[in-house]
Amino acid sequence: MVNGLNLAFQFLDSFAFIVLAAAGLAIIFGIMGVINLAHGEFILMGAYGTTLAVTKLGLPLPVAMGVGALVTAGFGLIVERTIISGFVPNWLGQRTIGRDLIDPLYDRLADSMVATFGLSLIMVQGARILFGNSIETVATPLGNVAYGEFSYSTYRVVLAGVSIAILVAVYYLFTRTDYGMRARATIQDEDTAKALGVDTERIYMTTFAVGSGLAGLTGALFAPVLSMQPTLGDQFLVEAFVAVVVGGPSVVLGTALSGGALGLVNATVTNLLDSTTFGRIGLLVVAILALRFLPEGITGFIERIRARRQEGE
Amino acid sequence: MIAGAGVAGCTGGPDGGSESASGGTTGTASSADTVKIGVLEDQSGNFALVGDPKHKASMLAIQEINNNGGIGGREIEPVTRDPQSDNQRYQELTRDFINEEDVDVLWAGYSSATREAIRPIINRNEQLYFYTTQYEGGVCDSTTFACGPTARQQLGSVLPYLREEFGPEIYTIAADYNFGQLSADWVRVLADENDAEVVGEEFIPLSESSFGSVINNIQDADPDFVMSMLVGANHTSFYEQKASAGLEVPIGTSTAMAQGYEHRRLDPPAMANIYAGVNYMEEVPTESNTGDGGFADRYYEKYPDAPYLNEEAETNYFTTYMYKQAVEQAGTIEQPEVIEALESGISLGTERAPEAPEGETIELDGATHHVDHHMWVLRADQEHNIEEITNRKIPEQFLSETVGCDLREEDEQTQYTPRDYFEEAE
Repeated sequence: MVNGLNLAFQFLDSFAFIVLAAAGLAIIFGIMGVINLAHGEFILMGAYGTTLAVTKLGLPLPVAMGVGALVTAGFGLIVERTIISGFVPNWLGQRTIGRDLIDPLYDRLADSMVATFGLSLIMVQGARILFGNSIETVATPLGNVAYGEFSYSTYRVVLAGVSIAILVAVYYLFTRTDYGMRARATIQDEDTAKALGVDTERIYMTTFAVGSGLAGLTGALFAPVLSMQPTLGDQFLVEAFVAVVVGGPSVVLGTALSGGALGLVNATVTNLLDSTTFGRIGLLVVAILALRFLPEGITGFIERIRARRQEGE
Repeated sequence: MIAGAGVAGCTGGPDGGSESASGGTTGTASSADTVKIGVLEDQSGNFALVGDPKHKASMLAIQEINNNGGIGGREIEPVTRDPQSDNQRYQELTRDFINEEDVDVLWAGYSSATREAIRPIINRNEQLYFYTTQYEGGVCDSTTFACGPTARQQLGSVLPYLREEFGPEIYTIAADYNFGQLSADWVRVLADENDAEVVGEEFIPLSESSFGSVINNIQDADPDFVMSMLVGANHTSFYEQKASAGLEVPIGTSTAMAQGYEHRRLDPPAMANIYAGVNYMEEVPTESNTGDGGFADRYYEKYPDAPYLNEEAETNYFTTYMYKQAVEQAGTIEQPEVIEALESGISLGTERAPEAPEGETIELDGATHHVDHHMWVLRADQEHNIEEITNRKIPEQFLSETVGCDLREEDEQTQYTPRDYFEEAE
């Protein structure tokens, strides 16, 4: 039996999970051409930061979430300076042996995968060494919405609203601000942007930090609903990469559309067949079909249609 | 601190440098006057949370035995590595332990998937092997001793109680792999035997951590109680999420709390009204467990920073003593003789089997290589305090009564499943 409200809640839940899982990755991968395999561990850092801020420092949950996101953004900044752009090791190299030690990893897809995979192993084991095999979880706030014999956690519904707010904020940041303009110019044509006076180093650095911060925020938002242990980032990876690839080149619209489409398929199949297994299968089948027939993703396809229509006019 | 043990991952010897390191045995060659015990338990990776206490409890038993003169005068030399929750690594290390290290006995593995990955290697080498996790049951194997409680023992303790207390309609949620599927079959068999009915059943992939739809499905079916055989870190989120969704149905489980101590890790009341059917939890109220100088005291004295003493840790602990008793009875560490001694039936009193109440014992059943456990039903209250509901001795029944496995008479390497014997399980 299909219960419309159940389906609606399950869709919102699934949509929020996919969009939030993909948000930080979409910026780092979609904009900067770095496949960040440590994405899950950035989420882990946000979640641990939030949980520890509540349990050890006694901060209220919303403030702790801010702390979690900021800590991760700061960490992202360090990672960018040392591993991704190689600024710090190169600076040291210039001082000691008179040459650069590493080339930046921007737009070197395979290389960035290896480097960030190593980083992810270090972060998981590092968390295990520092905090043990698990840390105490904070309770989910806000209670539940009850309707008839059913109920749904209010917090999960709020997450859907938050995920939309994040998409709007990212859209605003990249299209309506000075920084966004420079960022897009840098990504489109770094040399010209540099010639026109854009500090591209700084743009890369900031953008990576923003992407990391968003991953941290995802961890922060999910901290009260997940079990806190060092491998918690893994569960986001599949959804994150699938959403980014299916979404295509336009970061915000792509993430929103793929989150909507994949979330709808996942929730509907799960609901109709009463099985999370089939929901997951449905999601992955759609991803395969999308990649087969829309190799540039949903937004790439929209672009192409728009271009063709303009040619026709 | 868990620190060193997890990272090093490759060096032998117990952490904390117990007697054996300084006790005069040098080199790795097995000398005639030591007993070489191989211990492969996860200290990193997915199962680290639940596997690390097993490793620690083995080391505690070994240290205690060595301090009291070893096994029949021989000192135990533990050989240990970290298999990192990786089945392939388990296979490599099992081969290495058997062929290179030449261990006299082996403890290895957390999940049923791991056990099945290494059992062919164990069988080819006729290696004496203790599998010490609670599991789905049915392994009838001439050199394997599966000494954790089986699904029939665990579910058989908690399901009849919940049936009496709350009513006949059951909803099953279980992890989607061999353990979960077979456990769900057992729920159906036990439901039939206890005049109850399974009104819904859902298998959940180990990677799933969103339970909104599962919770809705349970609400839709409106059962009298839920049986949960969820496994692993992702599935732990279910309890938090059902609490925040306001789902208040009683839940029986063979997996939660006793293994991953969710009642300590999650904020109350996420685990309120959950009933665990287990042979052991740190809170089991026997004198030899929680009394002064009891098992829990000794464990935390050796490992002051350990987070929890779980169900499987106790099984590692008492099986080490069962092995000691068998070697002393056989008068040799030759494996066929030790197996024969184990098959003669070993019995441990409260001193070495903390799950047994005063004056009682637990027995190794020689025919099936399984243990007749003391099974407890323990409930978490609103503040996550653990209270005792019932306890009684439950023998292994499936292999002994239904299948008729007798390893003293016939050598076998089979895992039997309930589907072969019960039509309710099909």
